[in-house]
Amino acid sequence: MDKKYFVSSSPHIYTQDSIPKIMYTVILTLVPAGIGSVYFFGLRTLWIMAIAIVSAVAAEAIVQRMMKRPVTVYDGSAILTGLLLAYNVAPSVPLWLPAVGSVFAIAVGKMVFGGLGYNPMNPALLGRAFLLASWPAHMTIFSGAVPRGGTVSGIDAITNATPLNVLKAAQDVLQHPQDFSPAQKMEASEAIGQLYDSIEDLFLGRIGGCIGETSVVLLLIGAAFLMYRRYIGWKVPFTYVGTVALLTWIFGGADGLFTGNPIFHVLSGGLILGAFYMATDMVTSPVTVGGRIYFGIGCGVITVVIRLYGGYPEGVSYSILLMNLLTPLLDRWTRPKVFGGKKKA
Amino acid sequence: MVGFMSSKSFPGGIHPPGNKKTTESLPIEKCPAPPSVVIPLQQHIGAPSKPIVATGDALRIGDSISESGGFVSVPSHATVSGTVSAIEVRPHPLGVKVLSVVIENDGQEKWRDDIGFDENYRELGKKEMINRIHAAGLAGMGGATFPTHVKLSPPADKKIDTLILNGAECEPYLTSDHRLMLEEPEKIVRGMEILFKILGAKSGAIGIEGNKPDAIKVMRQKIAELGLPFKIHALHVKYPQGAEKQLIKAITNRRVPAGGLPMDIGCVVHNVGTAAAVYDAVACKRPLVERVVTITGAGVKTPKNLLIPIGTPFSHVFNHCGGLTDDAGKIIMGGPMMGLAQSDLAAPVIKGTSGLLVLNEKQSRRKQEQPCISCAHCVDACPMALLPKMLSQFVKHERFASAESYNILDCIECGSCAFVCPANINLVHWIKYGKLKVMQKRKKAN
Ligand code: SF4
Ligand code: SF4
Repeated sequence: MDKKYFVSSSPHIYTQDSIPKIMYTVILTLVPAGIGSVYFFGLRTLWIMAIAIVSAVAAEAIVQRMMKRPVTVYDGSAILTGLLLAYNVAPSVPLWLPAVGSVFAIAVGKMVFGGLGYNPMNPALLGRAFLLASWPAHMTIFSGAVPRGGTVSGIDAITNATPLNVLKAAQDVLQHPQDFSPAQKMEASEAIGQLYDSIEDLFLGRIGGCIGETSVVLLLIGAAFLMYRRYIGWKVPFTYVGTVALLTWIFGGADGLFTGNPIFHVLSGGLILGAFYMATDMVTSPVTVGGRIYFGIGCGVITVVIRLYGGYPEGVSYSILLMNLLTPLLDRWTRPKVFGGKKKA
Repeated sequence: MVGFMSSKSFPGGIHPPGNKKTTESLPIEKCPAPPSVVIPLQQHIGAPSKPIVATGDALRIGDSISESGGFVSVPSHATVSGTVSAIEVRPHPLGVKVLSVVIENDGQEKWRDDIGFDENYRELGKKEMINRIHAAGLAGMGGATFPTHVKLSPPADKKIDTLILNGAECEPYLTSDHRLMLEEPEKIVRGMEILFKILGAKSGAIGIEGNKPDAIKVMRQKIAELGLPFKIHALHVKYPQGAEKQLIKAITNRRVPAGGLPMDIGCVVHNVGTAAAVYDAVACKRPLVERVVTITGAGVKTPKNLLIPIGTPFSHVFNHCGGLTDDAGKIIMGGPMMGLAQSDLAAPVIKGTSGLLVLNEKQSRRKQEQPCISCAHCVDACPMALLPKMLSQFVKHERFASAESYNILDCIECGSCAFVCPANINLVHWIKYGKLKVMQKRKKAN
């Protein structure tokens, strides 16, 4: 009996899941939205995605080489970061912009902290925030984002602003009636009415915006599959979207409380992409059940505050980044009660 | 938890592949006794037993070879007839060497002569019943090997109202309890009747996972036939359904307090195999000399359910199963979730051996550990509502006080967390190490 057998502590069997499997599955479920963006905005978006992905992977490989660490770009996480970054820029940005964003996302957003698993904030969102701070013009002008069969804003007469931009401007007018002429006020109310009629465009993605965020239906198809595979849970996205819907319904209308249009707010901007694909990022969201619920609610509250009262029309990225920073605290505050344990006094 | 969670289940848990098809329909066969048996004097939790035989002594099957080393201890018995050839340390399935009695088998299969059916066993007093159970050397046969008589003697202030038999057999691959329920339902139910009397319980239930509909049916019929007031609960197929606290939760909806015992909430749980052995011990004064073991896995040529004399070396058992395949990679005593990897096939079958699982080399190789991606799969899987990810990280950084305050000692080592981890982190390994450290610290403090 000379043969040596493997000896290790239990358990002796394991799931078929692995980090690469999770990453590539998430990437795969983002493909429909990518195809949608090529359909709506043209082949240029494909270039942006390719450049962002290649830059992210290259940046990770180079940094790992320099740090004399094993090169782990095959795990798919850099590809995912690159793809998400591409999804977060306008179709009209210069082609170097996604490259810069990806390199920043990987180098500063991820590798500085020690690589996969150690980054406190979502790297793609950090890359986007960096681009927004450094080249605000490129990141906020959507006049080049004219979708096939639709308009940037969802309103025929307005060609250079996204629905959320238009809404913000129109509500500004209505909230400060003394500063505007009656004609302007009329126009503003009409614009809001038209926006609220563009729900179908928003749902399908026939609207201006960032590459990957516009088609709600395609994003939801991918997200449904991820939920079915249990790679994302329902707690973060549902509480996030639910909070946004509730708060915009209560506070989002120009005619007082409970006159807002929650459906418009949920479907527009980057909320669906953010709620299902970025707030759910495993590394940067809480692990406890309670933590995930508070995380989703927190993202929703901050998003609505920025959209309704802040300087930007959209607040998804910042709200997720802010909540990322709270993740360790949320985990600590919401520690589950051990089975059979008493409530902590 | 409310709603469906409060019925036949518990929070957390996982669904590993069952792999029971291979052996679940194979009737129990008798494994021929080996040329010599090696009977460790420690096969139970508690103090080792003390040898009462000497080299050269002639023994029959069932003769005592050792006596209890304390209250929490049980004697052992000869499992073949023959001569004591050595009393020395020998390999034990726990991976250590333990004082053992080696008996050369004379092939006569001679039994001790005072064993036989006692018609009046049901009139015996509680005390005598417990004495017979202790004298028969019974320790929990589900794998935990806690001395049975101790569980039957709760302190006076603990009122037991519920007796639960564990027939869940939630470990993948294992089918020994399943077969026993199909083939020996009467022994199990009669044994349960004895346990019920001893404890003075008011209700009795048997928990069986829903993937064994035939066993559920057979046991139901037997209970009806014997006119006993016990209930059968068909349980969700979910690991670890057979873990004591989770089983109690599923059946009674009571929760054993953290750090407490089932008796704190009026429950006692015994394995179905133990119940059958209780019947043998009380009704026939027959000591525990053999048990049913599932021999299975890709590394075994002919998987079987075998009735094996205690003390039979693993190598002998495998020979009887056609031997191991060339690519056998890992030998596990018990199931794949909580079983112990074996390095020495000279180690023997003991009272707590429910299965011998042999994985092939491909299944045995661990994938490389990767950084934790905080996926929370381990958190969602933990049946004790712990945070395995955090516990393992505390232990890695030697922050044992934090680990303790995050209830590391409540971990039941079920392996659910490590099973689901996509980063291949051996969470149980770290947590076990952490528990050891925390316990050492506590001991020192006292
Ligand atoms: S932490 Fe312990 S009790 Fe929880 S799943 Fe892991 S092994 Fe099981
Ligand atoms: S399952 Fe593994 S990777 Fe996921 S949180 Fe737990 S330890 Fe981390």
